[in-house]
Amino acid sequence: MDKRTTVDDIVAELQPGSVIGIGGWGSRRKPMAVVRAICRSGLRDLTVVSYGGPDVGLLCATGKASTVVCPFVTLDSIPLDPHWRRVRQRGEVRLREVDEGMFFLGLQAAAWRVPFLPTRAGLGSDVLRFDPDLRTVRSPYAEGPYADASDPEDGAAEFVAAPALRLDVAIVHANIADTNGNAALRGPDPFFDDLFLGAATRRFVTAERVVEPGGLSGDGTLARTLVHRLLTDGVAETVRGAHFTSCAPDYGRDERMQKEYAAAAADDDAWAAFRGRYVDVEEAGYLAAADEAKAASA
Amino acid sequence: VSDVREVTRAEVCVVALADVFRGEGEVMASPFGTVPALAARLAKLTFAPDLVLTDGEAALMVGAPPLATPAGELVREAAMPYRTVFSVVWSGRRHIIMMATQIDRDGNQNLSAIGDHAKPTVQLIGVRGAPGNSVNHPTSYWVPDHTTRTFVEHVDVVSGVGYARAAEAGRAAQRFHDVRAVVSNLGVFDFETPDRTMRLASVHPGVTVDEVVEATGFELSMDVAVPTTREPTDEELHLIREVLDPERTREREVKVAPR
Repeated sequence: MDKRTTVDDIVAELQPGSVIGIGGWGSRRKPMAVVRAICRSGLRDLTVVSYGGPDVGLLCATGKASTVVCPFVTLDSIPLDPHWRRVRQRGEVRLREVDEGMFFLGLQAAAWRVPFLPTRAGLGSDVLRFDPDLRTVRSPYAEGPYADASDPEDGAAEFVAAPALRLDVAIVHANIADTNGNAALRGPDPFFDDLFLGAATRRFVTAERVVEPGGLSGDGTLARTLVHRLLTDGVAETVRGAHFTSCAPDYGRDERMQKEYAAAAADDDAWAAFRGRYVDVEEAGYLAAADEAKAASA
Repeated sequence: VSDVREVTRAEVCVVALADVFRGEGEVMASPFGTVPALAARLAKLTFAPDLVLTDGEAALMVGAPPLATPAGELVREAAMPYRTVFSVVWSGRRHIIMMATQIDRDGNQNLSAIGDHAKPTVQLIGVRGAPGNSVNHPTSYWVPDHTTRTFVEHVDVVSGVGYARAAEAGRAAQRFHDVRAVVSNLGVFDFETPDRTMRLASVHPGVTVDEVVEATGFELSMDVAVPTTREPTDEELHLIREVLDPERTREREVKVAPR
């Protein structure tokens, strides 16, 4: 089954109001080629579900996102994304802020087709206060053979019911994929990319390289194919598709480019200049401009 | 050699933070910040040898190497991707030192936003894993700039959960909740009070109780005589200065003169 597709066809799956899950974590292995294409599109009013990095900052700065579901937004080497700060401090985007673990369980619940998963994470915190739609659930195991004899009271207690985070579309970026839609995450941490895909109705992988089926079997790569074909609808080859975020072991973060991105939040003029040079251009033009700026600064 | 023994505030803070790990066995130490990172390594090299440290990315590392060790030279012993971190968090075998933009009398911590959450005056990083951490395993805090803006009556967004909130939320929140200590550039604080509100446990050498009270935005509990935070031993000072942090990066994180 040949699942090869293109970035433009992936973006065409989205509609105004879509709930979109974006893989990676912070400024690491984000499907930036697709994020950039969404920024160039006419889409609006998206709900973005993400362990947030510059994907969130860009989609907010370009007015594509109206709601963000996340536990944080960070650029890692720059702790706070100034674009995110700007839209938040102007009250321009709605934030549904959840604990990192609740977020993980929400994706897992959606992937397993259950309405929620119970957890202690969130209890007592303002996560529950700021989102009145979040609910707790009482454990039914106060007594009987499944009760925890060491603490019966805990067995009757209220836990957070981390709600399923159901996604319309999920997009993740892999180091290598095959045409059947299997993909290997070869860096030190696969993050939760397989769960983003599992939680979504339409599921897409971009990859540094797309090979024939069987091409993922060598050199320990097979054990890294956490993304298997049952989780994917389409796969697109995007060389340097995570740029400027890191994509270990293929490449590290382009710190110079990230700094320029962060600096572009300074004022409207800085943003207009950045947008003209790096956002409102095709992917090849973006990469060429980034390389040109890097060469000029070297 | 008395001038060599002249101990800096940052070095006192390193030892105070190392002491939060005293008595910990084989648990994962997750220190955020330079001084906490140094503290965890110092604890492992001295009184808490079974502490488990991570490489700051996605692996457990062998030993307690100097702070400036290049990533390529770290020796790793097991993978620790975020998914596994959550399993460790929820198993309770972890003690985290988080930073706090705000902390209050009950031990609530804020990492999320200053002001109204819908339209904050200052957007911070977000709650991150603080809600889950604080109700699942021992949690301590590091505040390198102790002022009435960081030690506040009530935090704007409860990220890490304090004692009163945990009690209010019920047994599931309280069972494993354990906010152990707060270390600032001025002193050490705990919650060893009848109502589990913050107590001034010790003031750092050279700091007066009045200075701490003045820099704190709420009423602190304290004993009649407040002890002084201990100074590093000769061995600890050697490890900090000669082995773990000869570049003195610790000095850059700590504010010395109170405002």
